[in-house]
Amino acid sequence: MPSEKPNQIRFAPWEDTEAVPLIRFRNVVKKFGEFTAIENLTLDIYEREFFALLGPSGCGKTTLMRMLAGFETPTAGEITLDGRDIVPVAPNRRPINMMFQSYALFPHLSVADNIAFGLKRSPMPKSEIAGRVEEMLRLVRLQKFASRKPHQISGGQRQRVALARSLAKAPKLLLLDEPLGALDRKLREDTQFELMDIQEKLGTTFVIVTHDQEEAMTVASRVAVMDEGKLMQVATPDVIYEQPESRYVADFIGDVNLIEGTVAEAEEGGYKLVWADGAPPIHAETDVPLSLGDSCTFAIRPEKIAISTDKPDDRANAVPGKVLDIGYLGNISTYHVQMPNGAIFKASATNSRRLSRRGITWEDEVWLSFTATAGVVLTQ
Amino acid sequence: MNRRFTWFNATSLTLGFAFLYLPILILIIFSFNESKLVTVWAGFSTKWYASVFNNTAFLDAALVTLKVGVISSTIATVLGTMSGYVMVRGGRFRGRTLFSGMIYAPLVMPEVITGLSLLLLFISIGMDRGVFTIVLAHATFSMCYVSVVVSSRLVSFDRSLEEAALDLGCTPFDAFRSVTLPIIAPAVISGWLLAFTLSLDDLVIASFTSGPSSTTLPMKIFSQVRLGVSPEINALSTLLIGIVSIGVISASLVTKRSAVRRRAQEQQAVGGAA
Ligand SMILES: Nc1ncnc2c1ncn2[C@@H]1O[C@H](COP(=O)(O)OP(=O)(O)OP(=O)(O)O)[C@@H](O)[C@H]1O
Ligand SMILES: [Mg+2]
Repeated sequence: MPSEKPNQIRFAPWEDTEAVPLIRFRNVVKKFGEFTAIENLTLDIYEREFFALLGPSGCGKTTLMRMLAGFETPTAGEITLDGRDIVPVAPNRRPINMMFQSYALFPHLSVADNIAFGLKRSPMPKSEIAGRVEEMLRLVRLQKFASRKPHQISGGQRQRVALARSLAKAPKLLLLDEPLGALDRKLREDTQFELMDIQEKLGTTFVIVTHDQEEAMTVASRVAVMDEGKLMQVATPDVIYEQPESRYVADFIGDVNLIEGTVAEAEEGGYKLVWADGAPPIHAETDVPLSLGDSCTFAIRPEKIAISTDKPDDRANAVPGKVLDIGYLGNISTYHVQMPNGAIFKASATNSRRLSRRGITWEDEVWLSFTATAGVVLTQ
Repeated sequence: MNRRFTWFNATSLTLGFAFLYLPILILIIFSFNESKLVTVWAGFSTKWYASVFNNTAFLDAALVTLKVGVISSTIATVLGTMSGYVMVRGGRFRGRTLFSGMIYAPLVMPEVITGLSLLLLFISIGMDRGVFTIVLAHATFSMCYVSVVVSSRLVSFDRSLEEAALDLGCTPFDAFRSVTLPIIAPAVISGWLLAFTLSLDDLVIASFTSGPSSTTLPMKIFSQVRLGVSPEINALSTLLIGIVSIGVISASLVTKRSAVRRRAQEQQAVGGAA
């Protein structure tokens, strides 16, 4: 039996050399005076994508969005939508809607009028507007608040109004600047599914800024990790997580142990890395070509490290250590284990047993073990 | 901090207010005087008010003043709002500092000079002086007051609201009309009221720019007083004081009420976005 359903083709237009991107950034630079907010950025975003922008505060995510929406003009480079240069196109003539980070709700209009604002300026016949507004209110569960003014509703409700207002016109491209930050977990998950549903139904392309990595992982077809105006890596969530290209990306996404080492010996499919005096070298498999004496970083996620009281003998790597701290997160626990050379490794394990019956506690001597393919070797 | 009542504070307060308002109070009291002699009290009467309303010269002047006030303050509000908007939103264009300085200069320009220069202008372009020239003159000098009021409101106006309007398909003009203007309306209204009271008050500029058939009320009063003060003038002045006070008080009420409401809204909005 085939493992995938036959009618469900894998969605990956970025791998298709024939596919035409919806949005193309070509060597885009944006400067504010002397300050460079976006540095020589080249990026393709395809139709029907759910594209997530991740990065620390001030790295240029909002600036990138504002250039797409038409509120900032690039200092250099070109931006095309559907093959058409959009830099000279006024914001009100772009088939793009944006949800603002600050919501930007019109304080003098009711919730319903805020949502209807864009519709009234679209070709939609008057008779259909009320129905559409009603539909949007239902989507964000604000039917009861239709006639309230923005200052009479809560922060999370305001965020939903902003979302509904940007969705109402069903634009070709929707830009969401941290759309779900103020929502509680339950409502956030529901809204994420709504967004994915809307995309499925309408074929809208989404570009979303988020600080929530889990959200990016859940909803995004691809994730771009940014730092100081540069794209560090653009890839699917699983690639970003499992095969980061740089220390920065590995460190930024999720939890990771970064181990600095030098190549001591080449071996079958990889290298032997020396990382601390007296500790056994790490056996790492990798495609990265390295020569003897090169320094590199071995990045490994905590959940890929097993923790045990006895030395396992079926694993490529095993290092002894002492438990310093245990972080209990409910479903998993993270163990902070000190190596003989003082370095601290994090290893996490699922709490499949109740707490009281767990085997390992503080100060225990333990073994950390992982396979040769569990981590990645990084040179930048 | 010590905010206790002291005799010193009470005395200075009383003296200060007396200095400011005693002349006006005396004027109001004597407008109800029975006697024709201004300085001798002879009992209460409202007959001077009746005679004001029967004096066609006064009524004509009042009509001119009202006409000038309404038209000039409307023109000043439109122009002042536009220039205030450009000052705040126009970005850094060449000569911006010079432009903003030129808008605010008439605030400190002596009225005599404004009046004289306007008079010279009207003469040199051969314009007949009358209601129309007073309207132009008043619009010119009160426009900068409106501009100051409107631009100080726009400074605290969240730019992203206009951007959101553009994003949702408004043309820049539509965005101004349906988002910016309704939100800054209180500032525009108080600008209009301010311009109206300024126009009502003005004697100097109106004297320079008026023609034979266009005497404003302050001009009329001034010329009458030179012939001797009559209780009739007191009554008329009392009425004028009443109108001006209402204008100024309602302008400040509009501004204050909307500022309080806005602060409440902004606090909640910030709380929500944080
Ligand atoms: N109008 C402007 N003038 C000058 N500098 C600006 C302007 N807008 C943004 N910047 C700067 O550009 C950089 C990128 O800003 P941007 O708003 O894109 O950050 P961001 O990634 O959205 O951050 P956050 O996650 O905090 O929203 C910041 O350092 C910011 O200070
Ligand atoms: Mg931002």
